Amino acid sequence: MSGILNSSIGRKFAMALSALFLMIFLLQHFAINLMSVFSADTFNEVSHFMGTNWLIQFVMQPILMFGVLFHFIMGFVLEIRNRKARHISYAKNNGAANSTWMSRNMIYSGLFILIFLIIHFLDFWFPEINTKYIIGDMSGMHDGEFRYFHELQEKFVPIWRVALYCIGFVFLALHLLHGFNSAFQSVGANNKYTKGLKGFGKAYAILIPLGFIVIALFHHFNH
Amino acid sequence: MNLTLKIWRQKNAKDKGGLVDYKVNDVSPDMSFLEMLDVLNEDLINKDEEPVAFDHDCREGICGMCSLYINGEAHGPDRGVTTCQLHMRMFKDGDTIYIEPFRAAAFPVIKDLIVDRTSFDRIQHAGGFISVNTSGNTIDANAIPINKHDADTAFDAATCIGCGACVASCKNSSAMLFVSAKVSQFALLPQGKIEATDRVLNMVKQMDDEGFGNCTNTGACEVECPKGISLENIARMNREYLKASLKG
Amino acid sequence: MALDSKIPEGPIADKWTNYKNNINLVNPANKRNIDVIVVGTGLAGGSASATLAELGYNVKAFCFQDSPRRAHSIAAQGGINAAKNYQGDGDSTYRLFYDTVKGGDYRSREANVYRLAEVSANIIDQCVAQGVPFAREYGGYLDNRSFGGVLVSRTFYAAGQTGQQLLLGAYSAMNRQIGRGKIKMYNRHEMLDVVVVDGKARGIITRNLITGEIERHSAHAVVLGTGGYGNVFFLSTNAMGSNVTAAWKAHKRGAYFANPCYTQIHPTCIPVSGDHQSKLTLMSESLRNDGRIWVPKRKEDVEAIRSGKLKPKELKEEDRDYYLERRYPAFGNLVPRDVASRAAKERCDAGFGVNATGEAVFLDFASAIQRYGKEQALIHHLDVNDAALVKKLGQEVVKNKYGNLFQMYEKIVDQDPYNTPMMIYPAVHYTMGGIWVDYNLMTTVPGLYCIGEANFSDHGANRLGASALMQGLADGYFVLPYTIGDYLSNDIRTGPISTDSKEFEEAEKGVRDQINHLINNKGTHTVDHFHKKLGKIMWNKVGMARNVQGLTEAIKEIKELRAEFWKDVKVPGTNEEFNDELAKAGRVADYLELGELFAKDALHREESCGGHFREDAVELDGEQKGEAKRDDENFAYVAAWEYKGEPSDAVLHKEDLEFKDIELKQRSYK
Repeated sequence: MSGILNSSIGRKFAMALSALFLMIFLLQHFAINLMSVFSADTFNEVSHFMGTNWLIQFVMQPILMFGVLFHFIMGFVLEIRNRKARHISYAKNNGAANSTWMSRNMIYSGLFILIFLIIHFLDFWFPEINTKYIIGDMSGMHDGEFRYFHELQEKFVPIWRVALYCIGFVFLALHLLHGFNSAFQSVGANNKYTKGLKGFGKAYAILIPLGFIVIALFHHFNH
Repeated sequence: MNLTLKIWRQKNAKDKGGLVDYKVNDVSPDMSFLEMLDVLNEDLINKDEEPVAFDHDCREGICGMCSLYINGEAHGPDRGVTTCQLHMRMFKDGDTIYIEPFRAAAFPVIKDLIVDRTSFDRIQHAGGFISVNTSGNTIDANAIPINKHDADTAFDAATCIGCGACVASCKNSSAMLFVSAKVSQFALLPQGKIEATDRVLNMVKQMDDEGFGNCTNTGACEVECPKGISLENIARMNREYLKASLKG
Repeated sequence: MALDSKIPEGPIADKWTNYKNNINLVNPANKRNIDVIVVGTGLAGGSASATLAELGYNVKAFCFQDSPRRAHSIAAQGGINAAKNYQGDGDSTYRLFYDTVKGGDYRSREANVYRLAEVSANIIDQCVAQGVPFAREYGGYLDNRSFGGVLVSRTFYAAGQTGQQLLLGAYSAMNRQIGRGKIKMYNRHEMLDVVVVDGKARGIITRNLITGEIERHSAHAVVLGTGGYGNVFFLSTNAMGSNVTAAWKAHKRGAYFANPCYTQIHPTCIPVSGDHQSKLTLMSESLRNDGRIWVPKRKEDVEAIRSGKLKPKELKEEDRDYYLERRYPAFGNLVPRDVASRAAKERCDAGFGVNATGEAVFLDFASAIQRYGKEQALIHHLDVNDAALVKKLGQEVVKNKYGNLFQMYEKIVDQDPYNTPMMIYPAVHYTMGGIWVDYNLMTTVPGLYCIGEANFSDHGANRLGASALMQGLADGYFVLPYTIGDYLSNDIRTGPISTDSKEFEEAEKGVRDQINHLINNKGTHTVDHFHKKLGKIMWNKVGMARNVQGLTEAIKEIKELRAEFWKDVKVPGTNEEFNDELAKAGRVADYLELGELFAKDALHREESCGGHFREDAVELDGEQKGEAKRDDENFAYVAAWEYKGEPSDAVLHKEDLEFKDIELKQRSYK
């Protein structure tokens, strides 16, 4: 097992594992966000639990951070290595004839997602960390009630931010349209038992980002 | 029909090279692409110019010698064929056709459109075989029945002609389809299972050492492969590799 | 020098075993001190290289392609014969031996053929052990099909790519030895001369096709597995690079060239489409298992089909002439290749050719599709009377069996062979003639061996389908490794062979002189110009039907063309670079000599046998009227030609063929 990350297949396997992990996280994130549409109270309770439970905060959160960072760094490393594998590019290359735009531009969709994530962190994660661990307010309360739902609504007031989120999720969808099945292919799950996987992957790649967009729009218009 | 060709000319491995324009006239749609180049070369020699060097041999789509990146695709726009089986009826009168060598760091150009694909051979030296000596005393061929489905799948993988279209088409110049075809062929047969661990580890290591890129599953290789080698082979190789890595 | 075939004594079934029991062996430690050069990496050369390296010899292998895997054996489609009798249909070593000798029209050496039949079963075992994915039945056991000229199913296959799979098997065995350092592989190297030192072959001169470097390589023995010379016809099913140069250089160094006129014209190839054509494409003989060959009965239908007014499938059954089934009821469409080719030529010459050039006949799968479709419908309990369904099911079966061939046909001809009959015509495919070898596969030059298609030994005047792969692998895996050991056992004290001797120097100089001449000639015509002209002479006058006048003319014309070539050929570029034209020029120069010897051999053989058909040697009456007439009294020998300068000066040596185990009789497939 040692040195597996030194091999091409090892690296793509690691890339796929981090992707699968992030896709599960995404599902969970979506589920919580969805609650905000149906019940502010439930959303507040779950948010408070997630934000204060030590297992989530001190075990899961670092793992997630590591997963995100690993996926990005490895993505860049692979991109650089792959560019080195061809010194002279073609004068004419018809990539569209044999592959999807998404599959050929993962690095760019990934970069946009990275930019989006930075904004997202600035919007939610840093204020959250600031409140909880720097100011030291672990109560989750503001003016006598849970602050989470309220903060969420506030964020989606400016139209520019909503637009930015929508664009970010469109790129996420493009990334997932290739990434979902690519991850399964990388871990070797492409054979007669996985026939339904491709359709499921497509559905996941479109419906989840679309859901995030709908939620953002919902809060923008229901404020 | 009359065509404009933009052909990569490069005197030798050290030369910088570049695209040069040529005109060919009265091309018959029944010609193969290489026969069209034959006509061009005959013309060039008669004009005291240097003919275009390109690899070719069997001209029936099986030896894997011909290559060429034609209008942005390995072996040209047709599917399931090599360049020697690509016919001019795929093009229209007045077309401009780009003809470039297969590009990859692991396939250095020798001259014009000819590249060095011995990196593929070296990958095979690393493990593309079953270690059995010639004796005439191996067990009877029917002593080990093999499930027809496995035998057919192994055959499908084994039809790879080693042309390198997969590498040329891959945006990462990855050789995964080529290597996985051999690994799959043997992984599917009982005779090949005995050395499966060493085979996949050694072949993948050699593949990496040769400077091929990493697979990102774009699937371009499968589409451009003249023999239709399936991406399932790459998935199988990934499984074989992980299994082998865990075993050590 | 009198020819000694060195056939071992004893009953035919015991010869090989006795031989092996009595030869000298080289001990493993000594093998490490012995070098062997193998030129060519097809089935014969590849399997020989691998096996010799496994035994412990130091092998240097050479091929002109960029990888051993590209040798033209890869293009063999149909299958490989072996006397396994897995089908229980009465096959045996003797029957394979008998069929091969009979198929070869009694012009092959009995002892060699028997040995070939004997080791055939080992080949299949060996290949399966190597992981060659032969076709299998649902029970998991190996499948067989039948081929022309035999009454049993003994052909093993891997779809229509059997040659590819077998070659990749041999290539994998080579790779294992290359990885171990026991084979040193020289890709993109062309052999340009054999070096003979003190009467023994001790090395070769090669040209590195990338750099142009002329290199000397020495060894204790040299093995040629360099294939056939069908490209002397310019258009053939051979690869573009296939050439006679290695064999011809060996001939010039003293190896006799045997039966050059025995050429196989394969009946099922895609017809020529125009002057631009660079090569012909074979459609496997296996197609004749299911395809029926026909032309229209009436000339007006021929005209209508040629002009496109009538679609071939619309022509009624009773208006079709299934001429092979008519003439040869016992074997029908599965007559041997020479017979099928001549029958096609006969119909086309009579004006029944079905394409614009008048040189094509139909190969029709409609009835096979019907037959298989009905069978499938019955198996799956579907409606046998649903014509569309039956057709669809039938097409699926045919696709499974021949899918890659049908696809290839469609790509080349732009017609769908599932819905309209294929058009086919004979084309040059294989050369039974080649370097003369004795039972040990050694040529008349001691230490120089010749294996596979390059030698003459096993197929007589006509080769049966699926026998070339068998011979190549038999020679390389199971015959040569024994026989060469017997010779090399005398060389254990020789030590390394120096490349500094005057013989190497002289050979290298000869090679350089020829190259310089070609480069500096600055003539007016390209190499292909001469090659095409040679091809036309060969096809028209030394092709499927030969006569005294045509052959005499051919000899004269080839001689003149050769003189013109040396005076007027134009080779661009220099030697010190990748120069395909230079490589081609050297090959065509040798074809221009071989072509003349070929015609001379055809002229001297005043009989018809196998692929050699003389218009003045036919049956004039009786049941066999119009069929080839062999002359066993005067021509039951191998014609081995000794080089004496010009091809016209070549001296004939005869090896009389004795048939002790098979009765000589007229070949009948009626």
